[in-house]
Amino acid sequence: MTDLVENEGGGCCSANNGTTSGTTSGTGSALAGSSGCGSAGGGCGCASQDAMPQTRRGFMKAGAALAMTTLAPGVTLYSFGAGQAEAKPADQAVTSKVRWGMLIDASKCDDGCTKCVTACSTENGWSDTGNPLTDAQWIRKVTVRDRDQGKETTLPMMCLHCAEPPCVDVCPTGASFKRADGIVLVNKHTCIGCRYCMMACPYKARSFIHEPLEDQKEYSPRGKGTVESCTLCVHRVDEGRLPACVETCNASAGGAMTFGDLNDPNSEISQRMAKFVTTEVRADLGLNTGVRYQNI
Amino acid sequence: MARIKYESLNDGFGFYFLMAFLGAIILGALGATWYMEHEGHIVTGMTNQIVWGMPHVFAIFLIVAASGALNVASVGSVFGRVPYKPMARLSGLLAISLLVGGLAVLVLDLGRPDRLIVAMTKYNFKSIFAWNIFLYIGFLLIVAAYLFVQMNRGTESWTKPVGILAFVWRLALTTGTGSIFGWLVARQAYDAAVMAPLFIAMSLSFGMAFFLLVLIATYSWSRRPLGAELVNRLAKLLGIFIAVVLYFTAVQHLTNLYAAEHGGIERFILMDGGIYTQLFWGGQVLLGGLLPMAMVFSGMGKSKFGVVLASFFVILGGLAQIYVIIVGGQAYPLILFPGKEVVSGFYDGVVASYIPSLPEMMLGVGGIALALAITLLGMTVLRFIPASLADNETGSG
Amino acid sequence: MNLWRTTRCAALTALLLLVGVCASVPVSAGGGALTPTIAKGKGDKCVAPTEYMRRNHMDLLDHQRDDTVIDGIRTERFSLKGCVSCHAVKGEDGRAVTVKDERHFCASCHLYAAVNMDCFDCHASRPDEAKKLGALRKKSHARDMAVLKDYLKGAER
Repeated sequence: MTDLVENEGGGCCSANNGTTSGTTSGTGSALAGSSGCGSAGGGCGCASQDAMPQTRRGFMKAGAALAMTTLAPGVTLYSFGAGQAEAKPADQAVTSKVRWGMLIDASKCDDGCTKCVTACSTENGWSDTGNPLTDAQWIRKVTVRDRDQGKETTLPMMCLHCAEPPCVDVCPTGASFKRADGIVLVNKHTCIGCRYCMMACPYKARSFIHEPLEDQKEYSPRGKGTVESCTLCVHRVDEGRLPACVETCNASAGGAMTFGDLNDPNSEISQRMAKFVTTEVRADLGLNTGVRYQNI
Repeated sequence: MARIKYESLNDGFGFYFLMAFLGAIILGALGATWYMEHEGHIVTGMTNQIVWGMPHVFAIFLIVAASGALNVASVGSVFGRVPYKPMARLSGLLAISLLVGGLAVLVLDLGRPDRLIVAMTKYNFKSIFAWNIFLYIGFLLIVAAYLFVQMNRGTESWTKPVGILAFVWRLALTTGTGSIFGWLVARQAYDAAVMAPLFIAMSLSFGMAFFLLVLIATYSWSRRPLGAELVNRLAKLLGIFIAVVLYFTAVQHLTNLYAAEHGGIERFILMDGGIYTQLFWGGQVLLGGLLPMAMVFSGMGKSKFGVVLASFFVILGGLAQIYVIIVGGQAYPLILFPGKEVVSGFYDGVVASYIPSLPEMMLGVGGIALALAITLLGMTVLRFIPASLADNETGSG
Repeated sequence: MNLWRTTRCAALTALLLLVGVCASVPVSAGGGALTPTIAKGKGDKCVAPTEYMRRNHMDLLDHQRDDTVIDGIRTERFSLKGCVSCHAVKGEDGRAVTVKDERHFCASCHLYAAVNMDCFDCHASRPDEAKKLGALRKKSHARDMAVLKDYLKGAER
């Protein structure tokens, strides 16, 4: 089955790739990828005739990635979800040339769908232990309702990776920090568990680990007595892969999440933000969040 | 005024009995800490919604009271009020011990208390918490120096300058403590500049109440003379400090009430916040404010029993006030989308519940016991207290 | 003063007791045969000479941890993940043992030396079973495939 899929995807999307480079400036950015997919949608129907418009793009991207795998296995897989620069060499430090961000289109986020939450939980090893008050919650689904008319919007809420993060400002030891590429993290080696960052976060994005843990994911260390939150799947991003939530949403849900470099004007996320009205949660606080929303 | 003769307490049966009592509470607190650290904070009532709970209420109370305990010394050496000067040593000792008690609670509640060395060696200088570490350590050192120059023969002339430094430092310290909350933009209940002066007012009041309790207990139990006029004088000062706290509390809430955006949190604290509303009106305003104020300014301020009772009420009201600020401030949901309602499976948009567990209560009470034990030990090994505080000795009469 | 005498007396007793305990340890250790049993790692040699690793592994890890967490440098040579997977010790159930087991590579020596480790409060102390050594890329590839397969199954329905 795997082989079949790979061939099919490969066949389909190598054509798609051709279209992409033909019709766009050939930046290899996410937008180029997706518009290519869109325009070549008919051609790609070979894989799935009746794919929903919403999910088609997501699939096309998956397809595109597979195509590249066939062309140059082990290398081009890194450009999965196009728009990301090539994977950073493992021995080089991250720089501020890149600012990772995410755009979430609430109109494509289905009420009741929690695939991003499950994907995050599986990827990073936090889970429901039956104590909802103390369990970690890196990402959660939130429903926003208009007070008068009752119009509801649903969206995922997680660490918004602010450019001016209050959690980083208040941390006494500097354990809460912002990486050069904009990802806000907790350095658990120096976190003393004071929870002041949790007091300071306007988004309730952080969790304190209330119990001893064992058998953590080896790329996602977590331990009792320290604070944690969404890492934007930093271990994946450093390898040039997409955060787990984005990957899952694109592949098997509404395709509401776009991940990419906010500093690169050609990235899909930047292009979308240039085109659509986007909002920051609690923009009044002036935190310049790295995760933005549209259609709230 | 006669030359004041300072003495230390006898280490008789009373000393050992009290020490054993306080020691048992401290041991209990250490046991509770060990349990909390071993099992994780799951055994406390604290959650991802209420991240700071009972230990913080006690810790902040003690830290705030610590700087206030220095009042009497400041009034004596900075403002030159002669009757207060004999009590300056005790005032300084109590300030140090209350701060140590508070810091012990704060540190033992950390998720990783074993990493205290990290907190002492790695600083983020943008953090008000990190500033506070310096303010606390500085306070301990300056008050220790203040005690030294008073108690060491030949350095008495330094008392005033060091006393002024200690006074300025204690204002900075309480400003820092208030700003832990005042500078939090995220939550509706905080993010207010008035937190700094409010905390200073609270420190004046709580510290004075604590000082009065320790003073009266010490002199009664060790059968030393303590002038009624002097106690009445201190009690009236306490009354004024209580009024200042009520004033800043009123400013805090009136300012918030005027802005529609803060309507929600004000309604919560003042009207329909359940336990928090009860603690605010019944605990802070009535029991810890109006009642003791009426007591000290009426005839009861002239009796030691009345003053002890009033001071006790101030302390209870103070704990209630800090509980409302810390826990109440977190219980009220974060406003993620102003003007909209928010619901989720992670308690967004709902009032968080908090039920303190026994271990965290024990830790908090242990901080008070530690502060008292240090004070008692200090008074027993060194000459902190005047042999007599009769009114004719202090010039209060 | 009475109190001082009592305190001094107590302190002296405590000190004597401490000295006594210390002195008795070498005696009870007897012939010095109680050296730790350290499991051998996989492969020919470690990432650095054994003698060097024994003395300096903590500094290497300490350095690497800051590089990785703060700068995103993820070289494999001195990574804790590498240590854990290469030095994994199989238990009776066929799975690698955790640090709670005294056969665990790190635990065996650290227990002997009575030096507390902080690493495994957060880090996994045994390799991830689902993952084959050095197959990180393959794995992610396989996962992407699985996602796609699921998707296609969904689309067929």
